[in-house]
Amino acid sequence: MNSNIDFSYMLQVFPRILRAVPLTLVLATISMTFGLALGIILALIRFFKLKYLYLFSKIYVSFFRGTPLLAQLFLLYYGVPQIIPQFAKMTAYSAAIIGLSLHSSAYMAEIIRGAINSIDKGQMEASLSVGMTRMQAMRRVILPQAVRVAIPSLGNSYISLLKESSLAFTLGVAEMLAQAKMSAAASYRFFESYLATLLVFWMITLCINFLQNKLETRLNKAY
Amino acid sequence: MLSTKNLHKAFGDLKVLKGINLEVKQGEVVVIIGPSGSGKSTFLRCLNYLEIPEKGSISIDNISTEAQQLSSREIIALRRNTAMVFQNYNLFKNKTTLENVIESLLVVQKIPKEEALKLGESLLTIVGLSEKRNSYPSSLSGGQQQRVAIARAMAVNPKVILFDEPTSALDPELVGEVLSVIRKLADENMTMIIVTHEMAFARDVADRVIFMDEGVIVEEGPPTDLFFKPKEERTKRFLGQVVNK
Repeated sequence: MNSNIDFSYMLQVFPRILRAVPLTLVLATISMTFGLALGIILALIRFFKLKYLYLFSKIYVSFFRGTPLLAQLFLLYYGVPQIIPQFAKMTAYSAAIIGLSLHSSAYMAEIIRGAINSIDKGQMEASLSVGMTRMQAMRRVILPQAVRVAIPSLGNSYISLLKESSLAFTLGVAEMLAQAKMSAAASYRFFESYLATLLVFWMITLCINFLQNKLETRLNKAY
Repeated sequence: MLSTKNLHKAFGDLKVLKGINLEVKQGEVVVIIGPSGSGKSTFLRCLNYLEIPEKGSISIDNISTEAQQLSSREIIALRRNTAMVFQNYNLFKNKTTLENVIESLLVVQKIPKEEALKLGESLLTIVGLSEKRNSYPSSLSGGQQQRVAIARAMAVNPKVILFDEPTSALDPELVGEVLSVIRKLADENMTMIIVTHEMAFARDVADRVIFMDEGVIVEEGPPTDLFFKPKEERTKRFLGQVVNK
C-alpha cells in the first residue's frame, strides 16, 4: 500500500465534515419539500391541461431538465441580482435552496405525472360517478395512490438532491464539500479530505436507502 | 323520471349512438341487451356524462341538460342524481370497504363523519359485507368487490343506479351473489338501468328490456314479449345466437 495515505489525518478531518452533515441534510430536505410541492402543482397543471399554465409548465420542465444545475445556480445567485435588485440580499444558502428546489421540481413533476398516468382511469370515473369534482377525485383518490407509486423514484430524487446539494459550495455555502475543500487547502491532503467526504455521503445515502425500503414495505402492507 | 331525447355520440368517425330516445319511470328496472359494440355501455356512460354526447338532451328528476350547452355545474348536479356500478368494480384502491362507501357522503353530501359511518355500516350490512368493513378492495373477491361497489352507489342516494355489465368480469360462481343484491334493490323499487349479458337474470328482474344494435334501439318491451315473441328480425337473430351459446 502506498504509505502516502495519511489515515490519521482522515480521522481528524471526519469530525469537521460530519459537523456539516446537518446542513447538507437540511438543504436537501427543504429543497425536496419545496421541489415536491412545486412538482405536484406542475403535474396537476399538466393533468388538468390548464390553458396558459400548461405551456408554461412544459417550458419550465424542459428548461430545468435541459440545463446544468451548476449554471442555474450561478445564474440565480450571481446573475439575477444584477437584473432584479431585490434579490441582492439573498444569501448563498437561500439561493442554493431556491435553485435546488426549482431544479428538482422539474424532475419530480415528471415523476408525479407518470405516477398519475399509471393510475387506472376507472378510479377517476368512479370518483366522478359518485358526484365528486375532478379536483376532489385527484386529492382524495388519485394522488394518494400516485404518490405511493412514485415513492421509489422520489427516494432516488432525494438522494440525487443530497448529492447535488454539494454544488452549493460554489456559492459559498459551508456544506460538507466546502469543509473538505478548506481542510485540503490548509493541509494539502486532498485525497484524504475528499475521500472522507465521499465516504460520509455514501453512508448518508445508505441510511436513506434503508429508510426508503422500510417505508415501501410499510406502504405495501396497507393495501 | 329519466328521459333522453335524440342522443348522439361519436368517437371520431365512428357513430356509436344514433339518436337514442328513452323514458324511464320511477322504480322501473330497465335492462339493455345487445351485441358488443352496439353502444349500450356508451349510452349508459352518457347518462352521467362520463362520455359527453354531441347532441341530445338528458334529464333526470328535476335536472335537465342539453348536450350542446352543458356547464360543469349541470354535469355535477346530474351526477349527484345518479350512481354507477362498473364492470371492473373500480373501488377506490386506497380506501377500505367502509371508506369506499362513505366517501361520497363525506365529500359530496358533506354529512358529519359519525352519521356517515353509521349509514355506511348499514349499507354494508344490506350487501352482506359488514364484517369486511376494514378490508381493502385488493383482499376481496370480485363478487365481494362488486357488492361493495353497489353499496357505494346506494350511498349516493341516487334517483337511478346505472349498472354497466356488473357481472361480466366475475367468475361464474360469483355472479349469483351480485345478482341477488341487485334483485334485492329491484324489490325495493330502486330505479335501475342495467346493461348485461345475463339473459336469464334480465328476464327475471326487468320490467322492460331494450335491445340495442348499431347505436339505435331496435326493439323494446316487457321481458316475456321481447324474449319469447320478438318482432324484429335483428332481435330474433341475436337471441338465437345467445340462446344457442
